[in-house]
Amino acid sequence: MDILDTFAEAFRLVWRLDADLVEIVGLSLRVSLSAVALASLIGLPLGAALATRRFPGRGVLIIGANALMGLPPVVAGLAVYLMLSRAGPLGPLGLLYTPTAMIIAQTVLITPIVTALTRQVVADLDVRHGEQLRIMGASGWARIGTLLYEGRHALGTVALAGLGRALAEVGAVMIVGGNIDHVTRVMTTAIALETSKGNLGLALGLGTVLLILAVAINAGVGAMQRRPQVRAHG
Amino acid sequence: MDSPLLAEETIEARGLVYRRDGAALLDGASFSLPPAKRTVLMGPNGAGKSLLLRMVQGLLRPDSGEITWGGVRPKTALVLQSPVLLARTARANLLHALRIYGVKRRARGDRADELLAMARLEHRAGTHADVLSGGERQRLAIVRALGAQPELLLLDEPTAQLDPEATAHIEALVNQIHASGTRIVLVTHDIGQAKRLADHVVFLDRGRVAETGPAEGFFARPQSEAARAYLAGRLHF
Amino acid sequence: MLRRTLLAAGIAGLAALAALPAALPAAAADRFITVQSTTSTQNSGLYDYLLPIFTEKTGIEVRVVAVGTGQAIKNAANGDGDVLLVHAKPAEEKFVADGLGVSRSDVMYNDFVIVGPAGLEAVSAANDVLGALKAIADAGAPFASRGDDSGTHKAEMRLWKAAEIDPTAASGGWYRETGSGMGATLNVAAGMGAYALTDRATWIAFENKGDMQIVYEGDPRLFNQYGVILVSPEKHPHVKAEDAQAFIDWILSEEGQAAIADYKVDGQQLFFPNAE
Repeated sequence: MDILDTFAEAFRLVWRLDADLVEIVGLSLRVSLSAVALASLIGLPLGAALATRRFPGRGVLIIGANALMGLPPVVAGLAVYLMLSRAGPLGPLGLLYTPTAMIIAQTVLITPIVTALTRQVVADLDVRHGEQLRIMGASGWARIGTLLYEGRHALGTVALAGLGRALAEVGAVMIVGGNIDHVTRVMTTAIALETSKGNLGLALGLGTVLLILAVAINAGVGAMQRRPQVRAHG
Repeated sequence: MDSPLLAEETIEARGLVYRRDGAALLDGASFSLPPAKRTVLMGPNGAGKSLLLRMVQGLLRPDSGEITWGGVRPKTALVLQSPVLLARTARANLLHALRIYGVKRRARGDRADELLAMARLEHRAGTHADVLSGGERQRLAIVRALGAQPELLLLDEPTAQLDPEATAHIEALVNQIHASGTRIVLVTHDIGQAKRLADHVVFLDRGRVAETGPAEGFFARPQSEAARAYLAGRLHF
Repeated sequence: MLRRTLLAAGIAGLAALAALPAALPAAAADRFITVQSTTSTQNSGLYDYLLPIFTEKTGIEVRVVAVGTGQAIKNAANGDGDVLLVHAKPAEEKFVADGLGVSRSDVMYNDFVIVGPAGLEAVSAANDVLGALKAIADAGAPFASRGDDSGTHKAEMRLWKAAEIDPTAASGGWYRETGSGMGATLNVAAGMGAYALTDRATWIAFENKGDMQIVYEGDPRLFNQYGVILVSPEKHPHVKAEDAQAFIDWILSEEGQAAIADYKVDGQQLFFPNAE
């Protein structure tokens, strides 16, 4: 098949999906945005604390976060599966094959990314602002709060990196979500399913939608970051 | 000013030593800061002036020696040579500092406006700190330090990178602060500025105090070879 | 100050978003069962046709997790499903014998076929499926295997064994183990011009056949039986035994069996009901 034909076919098929497509895109966004929110709630303060404070276990945490940035999604999914399976310690909660399980798996996957990148951003800012904040007598948390707010644009990009990874991964959500139609099917698992059915055109079309989504989110955040500020010239 | 107490006590530094990597950056510095005076700290590069200011501020501890405050430790505030401002407006920088100083939320706005007026920056209140001029940035940094209501204000070469007009603005601000009852310690390489501002001089050379005393005597009849060389613009090594 | 408020509101909103899905699925579908099943049944489109009929009738939603038979059995053994519907009779019988399932019933069958490029005359001309496999091995022609312990993979390994060939000795050579689902393996076979063993249903529904065709079919050894098992509620008390049993009863009933027979792709029936 001609590559252009494939794309034309892809768009036609995607267009026809309408309601199902909206549902799948909606779930993808809900799961991945939730995971980014949770990962940020953990990773931003943790990364900032790693950058500015000295405490036992700090070195281990830094190495751990850096190493886990490369965690394969399947491994994250498997670990969460073992926790949430009925045979696992959290089995009684009955969370396996729900969007909540997918959020947990993606949170496990991207928290190290948010933590490690936040640590770097805040450490760089601390080189510049740390002494001034100490002169002002800022307590540990006030210092962390100031540096996080000061780094909000860079940290927005950090969150985007996490979101990109969450939206793009298939291994973790496939294992803990199960790719159940109308329940846990998201963009990437739908793409995997259509590919395995040999519906390469539809799979490519869904992939294109995912790409457009990512571009739109990035453009939106970029616009938000530019708006409130006069840019620095010096 | 909100610092009505003229610091009444003489602050004494005795035998301050600070070593890093085998080098004695301060090598037994002793001096006193008399009450209610503007003290100018002078000396060639590497003499240990900035280090000394940080030690008075409490950012560094001496390896040996001590500073005695003659009673309760006064509130101090240090203004760094290159102002470090947050990437927000001039007013927001002050509001942030006031929050850290523990000023109640309601009082912060009025206080920030007072400080802006003092720095003659009212018209720049909403301007992003990154686009202020060097002099404006330094004035903002000085009044930000005043937000902490210090009894002793430490200034590290506040005019090192400024033109004469901006320098005059800063000197006027320093005098205004002193007049309202805050003791000043100022580091400068500008001998003219030192003559204009100093009541008292501490001259530092290679980690030691080479000479200290009232300003008139120091500038008219410097006693140490190091100070004579420095004032005459001669190198001495 | 306004921006700070907005920021706080944004964080609160995201946190609420994160909490939301925990509440949603429970509310959206009070009655549902989870079926651990195989990629071949899902990829063939059977469930998309069958399940709405059952849900319409009973109000019970059926959630299908489609993985290889081996993984489906493991998941069910962990209690992560109410019903097991797979195609590997010996493994299914062991599952029941181990007390993990209540009982096993035949549901339907279809057959396996060998698909691949038309080139090798000896494959299509073979007397039986063992001869066809021998011809492939003798020629060293590429063969794409599931390699994932699925029902189809187990069936394939039984056939190689019967043919007294150990293809895994040539793994990475002419014998390629994909470790993937049926459709993914067919994509690989199409891409490299390899032979593959597939169930007929997946093959008929597969959209990316390329130059491949059925090169061998019809040996009784290629019979492919599907069975259904209720996961033991004694072993896993959370199993929704009543609703799960209702599903099993329905799929084994005349109505359910007729629905299976009715499912056709391109006019071809994919599964043949044979419940007793």
